[in-house]
Amino acid sequence: MKVYDEVVNMVKPKFAYVHLAACSGCEISFIDNFERLLDMMDMVDFEYITLLKDVQEMPAVDIVFIDGAPCLQSEESVKMLKEARSKAGFLVAWGGCSATSCINNFSRGGQMAQPQHESFPQVCRIVKVDAFVPGSPPGPEMAYNIIKAFVEGDTEYLRYLTTYEVGGFACGCDLMKNIIENALCIGCGACAMSCPTRAITMVLGRPCINWERCVKCGACYAQCPRSFLPVPVMDRMMEGL
Amino acid sequence: MRGMLCAVPEELLAGAGHGSNDGGAIMGYRGFGRYKEALAAKTMDPKIMSVGQDGGVTTALLCYSIDNGIIDGAVLTRKSGPKWVPEQVIATSKKEIIECTGSIYALSPNMYKLKDAVREYALEKVGYVGLPCQIDALRKMQLYPFGARGIGERIALALGIFCSENFHMEGLRTIIEGYCKMPIEDVNKMHITKGKFMVEGKKHAEVGMKKASRYAQDGDSVCPDLVAEYADISIGSIGSEEGWNTVFLRTRKGIDTFYGAVSAGYIETDDINKAKPGLELLEKLALSKKAAAKENIEKRKAMGLFVTRDQYY
Ligand code: SF4
Ligand code: SF4
Repeated sequence: MKVYDEVVNMVKPKFAYVHLAACSGCEISFIDNFERLLDMMDMVDFEYITLLKDVQEMPAVDIVFIDGAPCLQSEESVKMLKEARSKAGFLVAWGGCSATSCINNFSRGGQMAQPQHESFPQVCRIVKVDAFVPGSPPGPEMAYNIIKAFVEGDTEYLRYLTTYEVGGFACGCDLMKNIIENALCIGCGACAMSCPTRAITMVLGRPCINWERCVKCGACYAQCPRSFLPVPVMDRMMEGL
Repeated sequence: MRGMLCAVPEELLAGAGHGSNDGGAIMGYRGFGRYKEALAAKTMDPKIMSVGQDGGVTTALLCYSIDNGIIDGAVLTRKSGPKWVPEQVIATSKKEIIECTGSIYALSPNMYKLKDAVREYALEKVGYVGLPCQIDALRKMQLYPFGARGIGERIALALGIFCSENFHMEGLRTIIEGYCKMPIEDVNKMHITKGKFMVEGKKHAEVGMKKASRYAQDGDSVCPDLVAEYADISIGSIGSEEGWNTVFLRTRKGIDTFYGAVSAGYIETDDINKAKPGLELLEKLALSKKAAAKENIEKRKAMGLFVTRDQYY
């Protein structure tokens, strides 16, 4: 049995979760997979995740989730991000703060206890990102789906997250700029559903953004069926329903 | 059974987007997406029949589902008042479901209500009725819940309605008041059949779809889907006799629910191949929608416009 365990452990990918500037909501969302978390632990070895495991240093892993934005005025946080990149095969920008900077976009510094901390760019401006998951926080299912797709080598699922279309600076404006201005909106309301701050109201079948409320998380554009339509994954899904 | 059924050569059926029935004979219709069975159906409930759009199958299926615990509520659209402004509702009783019967040809962004259905109404098993493009949005949400925590797994039934195009509210009013010369308040029922937009009410009036289509939302012009190819069950009127629906069963859940409703006496069925004008007409329209989508996507790309990544046709 011991030999068997060792063999399994050799092929089981290793996982790490790194936390930068963020509120922990995405980490809670990750953990809110509840019993699915056990399946996730079956799929990958949780090597480093401060909420769940008492390990101080991130080891080399196969897949890392980066949660939160790095701070340019904090040598430590930039170093941590670069180190995570160099130690991981596949880097997931998990959640708005990491994928789009989200509410960190509003930082202008001047706050205690670190008034000099003012710039929190998207992770992809410092290191290469392999998958973006916008949303503030993303649904817990996204973490499960990504880990499952990663261990199964399901590039069909991952490829919609791996290009820079759904990552980098985002805003409710993306719906105007990319969807409505390209005559693509069909008035489904998925954007309004996905907005964590309820910044979107549907008026006459089109999204209207309350700019004061938009935290620039990128969920709406990613959720819109007219940004990308994962047809091959949908076809596969239908077979299981 | 008419010969047309096997008109499509088998090699054409190998790729995605073609349906076949479970038995030996191939239901060789292109343009309908994957399906397991196509049939004609109508409600057996006279009350639903009297208010229903065509065969009342959507309403009957929802009623059966709520009576039998398949869903505990549904996100639907209803007419909010005499001006025909669509309203998005969460129906949790048969009475509320029946209030949503009948089509409104104006935008109804009811996807946004799914969040309320799960969070505020605490529904565990949600039914959803949407147009083909909305069913796409639903499936994408289930697969990629960026901002849809805990909603996807609670979708218990997705019913899709055939759709050729949809209108802005003011577009709809322009068609009815401008072309049909009738105050929208006087309209009791509107439908699109035989290439015409028709209204019934104080009088009957109609206008050709060529004219009416000028007011369709532009996003529809790149949509390849007439028959809700990703729904559990797709329902429409094209192809069937008057008072009947054309129905596609696409998933195991769709089949179970549909035949449950049939054996419980909510719905009666008939052979779609006996119906006139039948699936041939539907296929023609479905394929021409795909051809138009393809053409428009290519036109837009040539202009340098962004088109939905991986939109199919
Ligand atoms: S409108 Fe809402 S969902 Fe879209 S980016 Fe802003 S906060 Fe995020
Ligand atoms: S999700 Fe996209 S298509 Fe749907 S209403 Fe919003 S912008 Fe329009």
